[in-house]
Amino acid sequence: MTELLITSILILVKLILVFAAVLGLAAYMVLAERKVLGRMQLRYGPNRVGPFGLMQPMADVIKLLTKEDLVPAKADRIMFLIAPGMASLIALLSFAVVPFSPPITLFGRTIPMVVCDLNIGLLYFLGLSSLAVYSIALGGWASNSKYALLGAIRGLAQLISYELSMGLAVVPVVLTAKSFSLTEIVVSQADWPNMLRHPLAFVIFMISVMAESKRTPFDLPEGENEIVAGYHTEYSGMRFGLFFVGEYINVIILGSMVTVLFLGGWHGPLLPPIVWFSLKVLAVAFCFIWTRGTLPRLRYDQLMHFGWKFLIPVALTNVLITGAVMLAVGP
Amino acid sequence: MNLWRDIKGTLQAYAVTFSYLFRKPTTIQYPEERRTPAPRYRARMVLTRDPDGGERCVACHLCSAACPVDCISMQAAEAPDGRRYAAWFRINFARCIFCGLCAEACPTLAIQMSPEYEICKRDPLSLVYEKEDLLIGDGGKDNDYNFYRHAGIGVVNPRGGNADEYGPVDPGALVP
Ligand code: SF4
Ligand code: SF4
Repeated sequence: MTELLITSILILVKLILVFAAVLGLAAYMVLAERKVLGRMQLRYGPNRVGPFGLMQPMADVIKLLTKEDLVPAKADRIMFLIAPGMASLIALLSFAVVPFSPPITLFGRTIPMVVCDLNIGLLYFLGLSSLAVYSIALGGWASNSKYALLGAIRGLAQLISYELSMGLAVVPVVLTAKSFSLTEIVVSQADWPNMLRHPLAFVIFMISVMAESKRTPFDLPEGENEIVAGYHTEYSGMRFGLFFVGEYINVIILGSMVTVLFLGGWHGPLLPPIVWFSLKVLAVAFCFIWTRGTLPRLRYDQLMHFGWKFLIPVALTNVLITGAVMLAVGP
Repeated sequence: MNLWRDIKGTLQAYAVTFSYLFRKPTTIQYPEERRTPAPRYRARMVLTRDPDGGERCVACHLCSAACPVDCISMQAAEAPDGRRYAAWFRINFARCIFCGLCAEACPTLAIQMSPEYEICKRDPLSLVYEKEDLLIGDGGKDNDYNFYRHAGIGVVNPRGGNADEYGPVDPGALVP
């Protein structure tokens, strides 16, 4: 009985910590993105609210909260109101399986530093990232607006296409670790990270992840110079904010996924594991921002061609070759 | 091969954006830092005076005729010595597009563009400048010019008394 109680309390504490860390990080990710993008374009970015603009996220939240919450006429009201919440919620849920540090021992108990160490953690993550399609589809459909619908259709096609290459890119990782548990996958990278072992899979995974996060060069669902703001055209106030925060939580979770699957998770010399983990996540996030500052948006047919005619065949070949090599070399 | 060229082209762009990260931004942080506009900058107009301190404007209405948005209005008047002047002169800067056509049209160099660009106001009516607000103490860009010393109107010197002035033409001499 007490055992169960202590475990539940521990999970609750971890949950709150992760929740706070991820939300705080997401808020400052917005600021970091605006600053870094600004510097890349020889501007300063936000620097008025607080020292170096550090209070900007608070100002943004206040602005979003006090804005009017509009529901378009003839919109599917319930769906319209639920969709943005789903966007953030699904992104947050994925964090449950991410191990950010090796288990620590506290008062004689071994505490795994992951909210819930599922043995099929990887599948859980892939499943949730497919579920993220729903928030776009429902939001776009329920808005009763042509731009939102167009954005939603684009988003659907894009996410489903790139899900495939993403799933195929993690197969070599699973083959190496012989497990779907993310903790096991990190442990299997103790000597060298999967990035060096499977460089091709890493590149494919990075590209797919960028497409999954719906950011430039794959931001067709929002393509602001063609379809206003895509699936969230009709949203205002904090509901728009939820979509927005969802995007940045997504960046963090996808960054953690890249870290866990390819960059060796918490492994690293000298510094404590949690620091290594954070550094790697931030580095991946920086790559996302860097890409946004560098590449223009693809055309829709280019996106589809690139996904179906290039990425997926290459990923498939990669799986075959990796499998063959591992079979030949032995376990 | 094309693929190689594409990959190279993509990666080079990354190098460019990364190097820009370490360059000083070109932004001018406005309220703290201010750009000094060039002397010929086209911002709000002023009414200038001739070297003797008199108002240059002769209320000829050329500027208000030239103005594409019709934001200059005035009332002409004449002093006892024959000097024309504007009884009142008004520019609505809420409408002005700072095109400079008024300054080009002015025969007396009275109306000139100045580099003073900070004229944002909350109340549009306070952007209507009267003659007193527009007049400045000197001749602006051309300090030495005095219209009445070239015009052949006996205001500064008697008629025909100016240096570059021809005497009155005898109409009879024009008859063939
Ligand atoms: S600058 Fe142009 S718009 Fe302004 S008063 Fe002169 S002519 Fe009119
Ligand atoms: S400012 Fe110049 S153009 Fe306008 S009325 Fe006066 S003299 Fe004429």
